[in-house]
Amino acid sequence: MNNESKSVIERKDFQALFDALSAEGYKISGPTVRDNAVIYDEIGSAEELPIGWTDHQEGGSYRLTKSKKKTLFGFILGPYTWKKLLYPPEKKIWEAQKSGRSFEIVEAESKPIKQAFVGVRPCELKAIGIQDKILRDGQHSDPEYGALRRNLFIVAVNCTNPGNNCFCVSMNSGPGVSDGFDLALTEMFNGKDHYFVIEAGSRAGKKILEKIPHRPAKPEELEQAEKAVERAASKMGRSLDMKGLKEILHNNFDSHYWGEIAKRCLTCGNCTMVCPTCFCCNIEDTTNLGGDRAERRRYWDTCYSVDFSYIHGGSIRSTDYSRYRQWLMHKIAYWQDQFGTPGCVGCGRCITWCPVGIDITEEAGAIREKA
Amino acid sequence: MFMAKMQNKSKTSDISLIDPMLVQAYTIQRVVRETFDTFSLELEPQSGGGEFKFAPGQFNMLYVYGVGEVPISISGDPSKEKPLIHTTRAVGTVTKAMKNLKVGDTIGIRGPYGSSWPVKEAEGYDVVIVAGGIGLAPLRPVLYYLLQRRNKYGRIVLLYGTRTPEDMLYRKQLEKWRSRFDLETYLTVDRATGSWRGNVGVVTTLIGRAPFDPLHSVAVVCGPEIMMRYTVLELLKRGVDEEKTYISMERNMKCGIGLCGHCQLGSSFVCKDGPVYRYDNIKHAFTMWEM
Amino acid sequence: MENLERILTEHPFLTGMDKKHIQTLVGCASNVAFKEGEFIFKEGSDADSFYFIRHGRVQIETHVPQKGAIVIRSREAGEILGWSWLVPPYKWHFDARAVELTRAIVLDGKCLRDKCEDDHDLGYEIMKRFNLIIAERLEQTRFQLMDVYGKNAK
Repeated sequence: MNNESKSVIERKDFQALFDALSAEGYKISGPTVRDNAVIYDEIGSAEELPIGWTDHQEGGSYRLTKSKKKTLFGFILGPYTWKKLLYPPEKKIWEAQKSGRSFEIVEAESKPIKQAFVGVRPCELKAIGIQDKILRDGQHSDPEYGALRRNLFIVAVNCTNPGNNCFCVSMNSGPGVSDGFDLALTEMFNGKDHYFVIEAGSRAGKKILEKIPHRPAKPEELEQAEKAVERAASKMGRSLDMKGLKEILHNNFDSHYWGEIAKRCLTCGNCTMVCPTCFCCNIEDTTNLGGDRAERRRYWDTCYSVDFSYIHGGSIRSTDYSRYRQWLMHKIAYWQDQFGTPGCVGCGRCITWCPVGIDITEEAGAIREKA
Repeated sequence: MFMAKMQNKSKTSDISLIDPMLVQAYTIQRVVRETFDTFSLELEPQSGGGEFKFAPGQFNMLYVYGVGEVPISISGDPSKEKPLIHTTRAVGTVTKAMKNLKVGDTIGIRGPYGSSWPVKEAEGYDVVIVAGGIGLAPLRPVLYYLLQRRNKYGRIVLLYGTRTPEDMLYRKQLEKWRSRFDLETYLTVDRATGSWRGNVGVVTTLIGRAPFDPLHSVAVVCGPEIMMRYTVLELLKRGVDEEKTYISMERNMKCGIGLCGHCQLGSSFVCKDGPVYRYDNIKHAFTMWEM
Repeated sequence: MENLERILTEHPFLTGMDKKHIQTLVGCASNVAFKEGEFIFKEGSDADSFYFIRHGRVQIETHVPQKGAIVIRSREAGEILGWSWLVPPYKWHFDARAVELTRAIVLDGKCLRDKCEDDHDLGYEIMKRFNLIIAERLEQTRFQLMDVYGKNAK
């Protein structure tokens, strides 16, 4: 990392980041508190950030709590992921107008908007990169996703306070970012001083940084920021030993242990909804009552549903254990065969939002042990 | 994973550069009732020409206005630009709606997608084609292709088994093929009805006696999964190499282009890495239940 | 006789069989032909022979009241017809009818059964081979029962 390019912004000047982004025409989305959780939504000012909030997570539990420090990014992770804004849960793909015995397709209006994401965690940044491979870089791609990505400005935030369910270190996705961002921040709070060490990762990032009051970072500030991220790496709540795990999973496809997990799993699919890399979707074709207009829509789907694998006569994966197995094996093993990396980034959301607290690190570890 | 090279892309897939979910409108020129629940649609594109080229084994996504989309193998002659032919059974919402369509109605097409039968790789070999039930539909393009280049192949053998004689597809064509001297056609039924005087027994019973050299053969098999499983076992027993045996898999597909995740079979996407697979690359899927 | 010995020696069913044993079989063998429609054996009658089909086609049937003859299976040239001669009470369980002109080599099963009692080596060789046949038939019948092309199959 080029330390010469790092600067410092004071807390009091943070609003300037929002102003600079707005001036450039970006629609800003970032974390904010709503319904007892930190979620991502459109925000206009720094005051809408979860100032002074943090959260406590366990398997199957999320509690928003007040922090002693008035940090802007002191929380860990909420249930929303950025994929909600790049690959919407529901989208009209096209509309068709009946004409005689045929029909004409009118492609849905999708004006790609300029978006800025403020507060992207390193694990989330990696997840966006993972989804790029599927939704943008394959032989067939989603045109809207590609357009949104081209017009996306990312303000990443390094982690200094990991959670109980975090294991980004095991997945090489944190707690610090190295590239893929426009701006990256590390929030430093030590009672009297509250500032951000910031660096630009792109030309667009530099341009915005110019518009924010900033000064070169002092060597001790840089050292402290680096140490804070290093400390975070040693405070991971969980870990997942990835060594040889792909082969172990492939070889233990028939293990009875899957049935043991299935005794707890409700196949509710929460994990797929909160996972930043899950991309499965359903395509639905409908008409209006009159029949003169038809629509094709895309919805998020989950491999946990019984008819996900339905073909005439029945579902291939009719049992609950086969569906849990499909999700875990896809996330950790099949994904590597398909896209060259695991699909998991260690954000821990699946552990937090599972109603029964099933822990992917624990289960994968158990399969390894029983192998 | 084995991936066959796709032949010339069709005009339809040029649209995919813009949006791969857009469909092209085709008009039904002819409806052929093959059996009591199976029918063939012969289609031609609506907006002017546009050559549709496909490789034997590939499939299209067929859209019925307002109802939905399903993946169906292409069953016509790959050397003819039109008509585009699809043979299917009416088993679900979309295919049942399709069965009610008439000549002049419209079907939306996206494709061609997927891997194809190894017709080039089989040059110089005997070719054994084993079809079960409606499995003859994705294999018919292979027959067209091979017979148009007859001297490039050794013996060509077609083994076809159905439930009853009334379930046989393409009957007129079967008769023509049977009368050819450069093609051996063997038919069998699980259940004899009426005046059937031919073979009675499952399709695997034809393999032992069929005239081909297992050490120099390429086998292509299509039909219900159980039928393919037993057929491959019988072929391997006779000495055919598992690296020269190909099957066609089927899974739930919503997009056909590798983005919806539904068709996954272990690490492979049946819409991209299949539906045609070389047996040794996919044999694990036959021994692992609910993969 | 010499012709029959050559044919039986070359038949894949008898591969690996001792020349002495094959000669015993030849001693029980003779040529036979059936016209189109002719019954080779009928259900309930004594099962005292088995056949190497040389040419033609045989249908294995059973007669069901009100439905007529139901064909279970067909047997072609190169196949063996009949295993009931080896299994007590040595009665045919089905009809066998030639659907076209059929020529076969018939083996006297009763005679062979006695010879097998005397010569257990011969008996073992015969049993080994018929075991395979019966197992194969069972497998094929099970596959047939599964009705894989039925309504809910592809």
